[in-house]
Amino acid sequence: MALDINSNKYTFGFSAVMVVVVAVLLAVASESLKPMQNANVKREKMQNILSSVGVKATAGEAEALYAELITGSVVIGHDGQVISEPKNEAFNIDVLAQYKDKAKQDGDKEFPLFICEKDGKTSYIIPMVGTGLWGPIWGYMAIASDGKTVEGVSFDHKSETPGLGAEINQGWFQAPFVGKTIFTDAGEFAPIKAVKGGAADDDMHGVDAISGGTITSNGLSAMIENTLKIYTTYLKGIQAPAVEELAPMAVDSLAVDSLAIDTVNVKVIQ
Amino acid sequence: MSTAVAEPEVKAPSEPMFSKKTLKLITDPFNDNNPITVQVLGICSALAITVQVKQAIVMGLSVMVVTAASNLILSLIRNYVPNRIRIIVQLVIVAALVILVDQTLKAFVYDVSKALSVFVGLIITNCIVMGRIEAFALANKPWPSFVDGIGNGAGYGAILVAVAVIRELFGSGKLLGFQVIPDAVYAAGYVNNGLMILPPMALITVGCIIWIQRSKNTKLIEKH
Repeated sequence: MALDINSNKYTFGFSAVMVVVVAVLLAVASESLKPMQNANVKREKMQNILSSVGVKATAGEAEALYAELITGSVVIGHDGQVISEPKNEAFNIDVLAQYKDKAKQDGDKEFPLFICEKDGKTSYIIPMVGTGLWGPIWGYMAIASDGKTVEGVSFDHKSETPGLGAEINQGWFQAPFVGKTIFTDAGEFAPIKAVKGGAADDDMHGVDAISGGTITSNGLSAMIENTLKIYTTYLKGIQAPAVEELAPMAVDSLAVDSLAIDTVNVKVIQ
Repeated sequence: MSTAVAEPEVKAPSEPMFSKKTLKLITDPFNDNNPITVQVLGICSALAITVQVKQAIVMGLSVMVVTAASNLILSLIRNYVPNRIRIIVQLVIVAALVILVDQTLKAFVYDVSKALSVFVGLIITNCIVMGRIEAFALANKPWPSFVDGIGNGAGYGAILVAVAVIRELFGSGKLLGFQVIPDAVYAAGYVNNGLMILPPMALITVGCIIWIQRSKNTKLIEKH
């Protein structure tokens, strides 16, 4: 063969052909397997939502149980009001993007909430996203029908330290959340915090943090606060449907309003 | 396992499909030349994913598919690979195969794929794969190379499953997720050995397997 397989020309040609062939192969495989992978991700999301109300579903039964127990969903805007005609279905909302996507206008943000009916009890499941030490953390918190008592939580993480921060997805860490409240008796918003050194026994708004997992614990506290504050208006509505909004909330929405006005002004100036 | 299955009386122009030599490629990695216990390759993944038998089986199969397919492909193109970029070509092909395996696992056995997490991706760096390509596939015909890949993948998988059986049985009292140790034993005061769940016990288990293997197969013992 006249072909010199060690010549530069041949080497370049060979690598070019190889790269193209491999790229096409991988692209085809990835595209054809995508629907099944997405279905798996969807089922896992259902399992996570269900586990926050204490239902441990296998991947196979997740869809049936989800359809049975999750009876409805609500989409809430950044101002805490229910959006009657949301752009996306609650389940399909990319929660992470609502908090992290800087390009998103406040008015476009949509925050989902799932309503679960189990054993005659209604609970409201709130998806959460935040940041741990090494990467994203996320979870679901189920609030009882009184609008302030935690019924259950499920947290998970991408890459927290095994044995330390990674413990947030374990039962022993999640169990103490049950029965805590996210509002004080006076009706003020008091998100649950992971308390370093251990929470006091009578602390209704704190759980034990993880020793050696301080940054993950703090990230978790921040996640709970940042997420829940968007839902406070809605949850207050559940607590006392007839009562007018309380003063602190009015201040909050005012602050949001003035922010909105600011952005309008900026646009006008531009 | 006996190698006497080969039929020397077959008068074929080329070597028969399963000649003595080819069969040895499959049986060797199980004993005399096991990738884990004799060559001590791929230990890292063997420690990490042998907590449950199911994970070990899937991991063993994945490695087997990658070693066999990469051996086959590289043996087929071995006369056309420019020598200077030989390693890069091997890496690209192995990486592509590993991605294919990873995607397939994600689509069909999602929970196992999540449990194996990064270790499927790390098959790329598993010395067994590159080692077999360099040492065997680049110098042999496609069929023996393929068989060699199957043999080494299976030898790796066999040790993985053996370690996983011990660890799952004593660590959580289950096999393949089914309760094996009866409740009555727990009622009598038996407790699962929590240490078995942790990676160091995998190392000790592998060590015990090596010990047993060498005491049976004395030619593996190095003379110093």
